[in-house]
Amino acid sequence: MSDTKTNSIKGKTAKELNVKPIFLESGLEVNPIYTAAEIKDSGIKYEMPGEYPFTRGIHPAMYRNQPFTIRQYAGFASPEETNERFQFLIKNGQSGLNVAFDLPTQCGLDSDDPKAFGEVGRVGMSIDTLADFEIAFENIDLDKITVSLTINGTAIILIAMYIAMAEKAGYDISKLRGTAQNDILKEFIGRGTWIFPVDKSVKLVVDTIEYCAQHVPKYSPVSVCGYHIRESGANPIQEMAYAFCIAKAYTDGALERGISIDDFASRLSFNFDIYGNLFEQVAKFRGGRRLWAKIIREEYHAKKDSSCWLRMIAGGGGGGLTKEQPENNIVRSAYYALISALSGTQTMALCSYDEAYTIPTEHSAEISLRTMQIMIHEMGICDTVDPLGGSYYVESLTDKFEEEIKKEMKTVEKWDGIINAVATGKIQESVSKQAYVREMGVQTGKIPKVGVNIFTREEEAKDVEFHPYDPKTADTQIEKLNKIKAARNDAKVMDCLGAVKQDALNNKNLMPSIITAVKEYCTVGEIVTVMKEVYGEFKEPIFF
Amino acid sequence: MKILLAKPGLDGHDVGVKVLAHGLIDAGFQVVYTGLRKTIEEIADIAVHNKVDIIGMSILSGTHLILAQKMKEVLQERKLNIPWFVGGNIPAKDIEELKIIGASQAFSTGSKVAEVVAYFNTIKITA
Repeated sequence: MSDTKTNSIKGKTAKELNVKPIFLESGLEVNPIYTAAEIKDSGIKYEMPGEYPFTRGIHPAMYRNQPFTIRQYAGFASPEETNERFQFLIKNGQSGLNVAFDLPTQCGLDSDDPKAFGEVGRVGMSIDTLADFEIAFENIDLDKITVSLTINGTAIILIAMYIAMAEKAGYDISKLRGTAQNDILKEFIGRGTWIFPVDKSVKLVVDTIEYCAQHVPKYSPVSVCGYHIRESGANPIQEMAYAFCIAKAYTDGALERGISIDDFASRLSFNFDIYGNLFEQVAKFRGGRRLWAKIIREEYHAKKDSSCWLRMIAGGGGGGLTKEQPENNIVRSAYYALISALSGTQTMALCSYDEAYTIPTEHSAEISLRTMQIMIHEMGICDTVDPLGGSYYVESLTDKFEEEIKKEMKTVEKWDGIINAVATGKIQESVSKQAYVREMGVQTGKIPKVGVNIFTREEEAKDVEFHPYDPKTADTQIEKLNKIKAARNDAKVMDCLGAVKQDALNNKNLMPSIITAVKEYCTVGEIVTVMKEVYGEFKEPIFF
Repeated sequence: MKILLAKPGLDGHDVGVKVLAHGLIDAGFQVVYTGLRKTIEEIADIAVHNKVDIIGMSILSGTHLILAQKMKEVLQERKLNIPWFVGGNIPAKDIEELKIIGASQAFSTGSKVAEVVAYFNTIKITA
């Protein structure tokens, strides 16, 4: 059959076949049949993985060379416990760890702040001063382990601490690796650990990008998170569009400082969410990856291919899992892992099946790990690159996604850009309304969810459980803080804090003065306080 | 009936509380929302200022017992007789404990909007 003839066979719409129309969560209609005619204008036939615009993957051989990295999340209460965990991981041949921090550290409060009462060491490690970092990383070879700091509002201080610790220990920081989440704009949309006004917050992110590009070029200072935006109620198109607008805001800021796009774009990475329709998610990532490459090359004129790469961690989202019939979540997570692999992710993480209501047991955490390993070693998922490439449906949807994400980004422009849209609460308002519509859809049965509103069975109510919290954690941490405060040079501390304030007033990059300050054991709370004196605090627009 | 929905403590997870706000409004209630990271004292101020009939606190970080105790103390100190309830990641054993402290009700994650609305309909204050 000739190519021309194949191309002339048109697909069928729901109307033509007289079947019920189906719409994806993103609002796009799905035809019952797609054919070559739908993708005849697409350049995909001539596109190779590892080549611009990277629809099919950022590397030529992708998983055939090396499977995606498995990186599970873990939180530990104290610097001491974190250190033990690092030692254990290294002994077992692992090389990366995500570090979670407690809420006072995330919000810029010291452990002895009255507002921190009851929260110290509860959801992650507590950091008051550089001493806590020094304990957490004692006897750890920083060349052998990559540390991912899950921190946003106080990221500039914690990145400074990581660099200061490495410098004090004699490492060459020009070779220092590691990552920080450091995506403050998404904190205003979901998760909520903002401190300063939106524009000042973005300025601080740009400070870290600028400093790293100049002094710590192997460090990834920002991981832009569509994940939390989607978990807050955004649809898959908005997840990508808002994340790209956010990444562009940081990029614009860095360019204004005179840094070249090729000196930092390849260090930006992304964190995305997976739940919902399989094909919609795959198209989201393939279309998104192509669009991001085009943005970086066509709008920002990057020369290096690596600047155009959409490097991502794409993991199974908690939003898709259910408290009802929790074993079903094992199956859901396996599909999410498949989606992630079919989308060409760099790193993968899955939620544990029992995470919706309890502390993941060692057993459930092992099932998540095995799910990914079974896929790598038994399913042939790594054998060939972009196995869905060329599918009429997936390619057609990929094209649509590229188009729709672009359109949604235009909408943000109409709101005077992402910084303004976040500061005025526009995005929060629309996302929260969608979360309500979706939740009611599930609760009333309009959106089918197995075990929740269809195929339900009587089951015992499952109890919620937390990591046991020892109130002594706070006492120990405060004691440690008091000792450090007594031992440090008060005059130097005051000088350092004064220097941070002066640099803030003069609109200078704060990284150098914060690095100096943390070396004198200024606390997170003290540094945030002087920054607040200059920048003020974010006034949350009240929307729901 | 006017309901204050509040986010005390440092926990920034507000998807649930906002979903509930929409649900209560659709069910005909008046809703005031505090925004994130309010102290119990600030929540009491907002409650008085807006003349609300009941206060709801959304807490997902595990600090619900500490914050509930504080709520009881602040209301007592100020001689305020406003009923309050708690929603969030609440283990079953803590639901009773919260009621002993003084909460009129506690809803764990996974509670349906309709259940919470039904609860308010039963206690509806007729002005």
